[in-house]
Amino acid sequence: MKVWQCVVCGYIYDEASGDPEHGIAPGTAWEDVPDDWCCPDCGVSKADFEMVEV
Amino acid sequence: MQPLVIIGAGLAGYTLAREWRKHDAHSPLTLVCADHGDFYAKPMLSNAFAQHKEPERLINAPAAQMAEQLGARLLSETRVEALDIAAQRITTAAGTLEYGALVLALGADPIRLPLAGDAAAAVLSVNDLDDYRRLRGLLKPAARVAILGGGLIGCEFANDFAGAGLAVTLLDPAPRPLASLAPAAVGERLAAALVAHGVDWRPGRALRAVEHAATGYRLTLDDGSELFADVVLSAVGLRPRTQLAQAAGLATARGIVVDGGLRSSAPAVYALGDCAEIEGRVRAYVMPIMQTARALAQTLAGTPSHVAFPPMPVVVKTPACPIVVEPPAAGLAVDWRYEELAGGLIARGVAADGTLAGFALAGSGVVGQRNALVKALGAPV
Repeated sequence: MKVWQCVVCGYIYDEASGDPEHGIAPGTAWEDVPDDWCCPDCGVSKADFEMVEV
Repeated sequence: MQPLVIIGAGLAGYTLAREWRKHDAHSPLTLVCADHGDFYAKPMLSNAFAQHKEPERLINAPAAQMAEQLGARLLSETRVEALDIAAQRITTAAGTLEYGALVLALGADPIRLPLAGDAAAAVLSVNDLDDYRRLRGLLKPAARVAILGGGLIGCEFANDFAGAGLAVTLLDPAPRPLASLAPAAVGERLAAALVAHGVDWRPGRALRAVEHAATGYRLTLDDGSELFADVVLSAVGLRPRTQLAQAAGLATARGIVVDGGLRSSAPAVYALGDCAEIEGRVRAYVMPIMQTARALAQTLAGTPSHVAFPPMPVVVKTPACPIVVEPPAAGLAVDWRYEELAGGLIARGVAADGTLAGFALAGSGVVGQRNALVKALGAPV
């Protein structure tokens, strides 16, 4: 499981925890997060989500 | 074909460029900016210290890489001196540029409080990466830091520095932090958490004077009391940059006046981000920039679009007590109802008709309820 960080606002996407509030189940790999998902904190779309592996 | 010219390479300018390139991969694009043009994560400036992130690590892409990715001509370190609306031309220190469409993404300037004392000029503001580099150079271990302003940025800095072991004093004329953003009990909750985190919180206090002391500065407050600090950081708010637009005859009020299509009063000139007053409102923070950039990119690509703002809860990154606020519409009277849970406090702003008009969440155990509360907006409580 990997951890990614939104480069705009610092939001952490942890694959182990997912984003259940927005329908992303715990354990969802980053490549399986749907393309229309946006950063819940700042609204950056996944397409430009330059997440960095931390 | 004259290029699309964007003045400003902050989050607004770069986001617009990226969104526009999704619609138009080939038309000419020029970005002009006064600074280095590196793309960095501005919201992380107030969260990087305790994480031991050096300022350079906040840069996601250097200017040259951004220009290449965007297929843009980037004129960095280039200040724009004037706009000529009639000729569709801008004047910079490096010469003139003609534009097909012009976007002002100029940002905002920190508000400077009038202060007395021989060291008033030593008060820092952090509004960009260069400011932040300067600040970080001054933050020696165990430094005493006085922060003016208990709004979102002041609280985030206070939490960040105290978490890293610095001696932080936070001053605000208001009785509680986030006074203009969050309901009273939420502000009180944050104040208590910051105090427990080691922050010396001084509600109802304003700074009057800053003078050089034997080491650092002597600060005199409005009640005559004094305190000493090595670094004084002002975080009392921003003022949209309107001078360039105003000098060119564009309509300005608090910000550069634009309609819901981000159109200024001049043809082919648009504005977004911290410099813009959109339909009468200057909208702070990141989320509105994303919405606005998408709408404006469509307009510039030939499909006139009107920006629509969904609920955009504001996230206050204070790990001592994380906060999310969806403020009720300005001027709307609400009755704040509080629910105390083990993981924090939920505040619901209930309008006169009994529906949910806004909310605030305080505490790591309740901020996860944001989405559920967004969905409940407008519904009976």
